[in-house]
Amino acid sequence: MKKEWPLWEVFIRGQHGLNHRHVGSLHAPDAEMAIKNARDVYTRRNEGVSIWVVESKHITASSPSERGPLFEPSNDKVYRHPTFFDIPDEVGHM
Amino acid sequence: MEAAADQVDRTAYATWLMRMGDNTLILGHRLSEWCGHSPVLEEDIAMANTALDLIGQTQLWLGLAGEVEGAGRTADNLAYLRDASKFRNVLMVERPNGDFGQTLMRQFLFDAWHHAMLTELLTSTEERVREIAAKALKEVSYHLERSADLVIRLGDGSEESHARMQAALDDQWAYTGELSTPDEIDTATAAAGIAPDLAKVGTVWRQTVEEVLRAATLSVPDSTFAHQGGKSGRHTEHLGYILADMQFLQRAYPGAVW
Repeated sequence: MKKEWPLWEVFIRGQHGLNHRHVGSLHAPDAEMAIKNARDVYTRRNEGVSIWVVESKHITASSPSERGPLFEPSNDKVYRHPTFFDIPDEVGHM
Repeated sequence: MEAAADQVDRTAYATWLMRMGDNTLILGHRLSEWCGHSPVLEEDIAMANTALDLIGQTQLWLGLAGEVEGAGRTADNLAYLRDASKFRNVLMVERPNGDFGQTLMRQFLFDAWHHAMLTELLTSTEERVREIAAKALKEVSYHLERSADLVIRLGDGSEESHARMQAALDDQWAYTGELSTPDEIDTATAAAGIAPDLAKVGTVWRQTVEEVLRAATLSVPDSTFAHQGGKSGRHTEHLGYILADMQFLQRAYPGAVW
């Protein structure tokens, strides 16, 4: 039997309307405890309205060595970035 | 003050408030001793959070106790300048932490009582008491959820964790009775509607405890013997050591502030 608890990634929604954001990781024996631990480790200063946890092993990451082929082709296509618009202040967070 | 407070002896009311505040103060201090020493980081922070919640509640209870007493003492005066025989906490909360399982079992047994008590206090005749209870109950609901969950997991866990939790329960059991055994202070405050009937709180406590212990595959000890004394100021030697630690600064440098 493994002694170490599995690692979990924690995502917290700061306020209604925003996305869940990755805030860090922690150890816990199962999902229910991971939520409780996340509450204690990451939300003690009123940071969140919702918590997601996922076992780290279920996350598939892109490989750093493929960074060139994956990301560089989009760098020279400035028209993909909507940077030519002025966003009115009333719109707020985008 | 409202009418209810006038129907009861001021000293009884203030003493009852000190019992509430001293329970949370001493247990909060005990839990804070785990800070940096818990088995895993996550539990360390969770326990420190609980300790902070309890100490926050202490400020409210002892603050009100000082006002009701009317002798000009603040929550800080009461916490840092009283001697052991003036403390009114139950013996359970001043006992040494033991191992992590013992700490958790004590926490669960206390949380179950604390939750039942605060729930009853939501209908106290005293508005200030209702307000403190409502604020504290939110925190204590989480304390109870967490400690009950851990007691179930460890009781119904490995052979070793089960044995440790059963030993912890057997060890704490004789200290649980004091929580729900009324004396003349409890009777007087209950008669004025400030505090609930402690026997009723004890019944709710018993239901919660039996339900969780059953799920944890732990057996409720048979004995009804209960150590008494903390509520009237007769403490174990352990309280003196806590106070020596907690009160040192104010004793050595009277009036020191941040």
